[in-house]
Amino acid sequence: MNATAEQISQAPAANTSLTESIELSQLDQLFNERFDERFETKMKEREAEHTPSMTIISTKGTLDMAYPPFILASTAAALGWDVAIFFTFYGLSLLKKDLDLAISPLGNPAMPMKMPMGPHWLRKANIKMPNLVMANIPGFEHVATTLMKKTMADKGVADIGELRELCLEAEVKMVACQMTVDLFGMEKEDFIPEINDWVGAASFLPTAQKADVSLFV
Amino acid sequence: MTTAINHTLDARNMNCPLPILKTKKALNSMSPGDLLGIQATDPGSVKDFQAFCDQTGNTLVSSESNAGEYSFVIKKS
Repeated sequence: MNATAEQISQAPAANTSLTESIELSQLDQLFNERFDERFETKMKEREAEHTPSMTIISTKGTLDMAYPPFILASTAAALGWDVAIFFTFYGLSLLKKDLDLAISPLGNPAMPMKMPMGPHWLRKANIKMPNLVMANIPGFEHVATTLMKKTMADKGVADIGELRELCLEAEVKMVACQMTVDLFGMEKEDFIPEINDWVGAASFLPTAQKADVSLFV
Repeated sequence: MTTAINHTLDARNMNCPLPILKTKKALNSMSPGDLLGIQATDPGSVKDFQAFCDQTGNTLVSSESNAGEYSFVIKKS
């Protein structure tokens, strides 16, 4: 007890002489060097512990626009990322039990029109067709959708149902927009039961805020 | 320690991102240190498997290409 009290009473005197012997600028320099060393290691530790995350806002319900969200989400999940997709407006079609997605070449000038059958020269040809013609042939979209699905299957591209299944298996969070269901008078029973939540923008944005990657499709 | 390939995956005629997704599923059912041999035909898979291993911490033991076919060996971490 006595010894401790003695040590304490001597300590300030010792410290004073120490501070006197080291210039303040030297202390600063030592501290900064040590900080830089520690900062680097701490940042590396933090990076190693950090699980990357991604949020996607999916707004389109056509066959072609169904691919980007599901491809990116399933791949990110395979890389070990946390992923959530917010489906809003026509994007909600991608969560229907009965996935009946179509593609329209009408008003879609970038879409290549290819024949997935027949001789090589025909398969290679890009068949240009005026909008006026496409718009007037009954069932044109149906035929275009069938041909696109065949091309995708031939090229080993997964179908949307399979990709969605892989996303669900990998625990990608599927979040649906409540307002869209009300707006279009949709029935919740028509959607897959795996939907994590029916929410509004205010519930989704805080998730997006913390995400490393946030995409709008 | 064994160096034999204990698991194989045929990802030929599959396109992006299926080879990676199937690989991830195959790795899930394996034990650390096990080797997975993969065959693929997607030219993008060469860079994709490298990136996949860099991100997930698994080791890309080998990556070979031969006449439009690609073969990879991944060691589970």
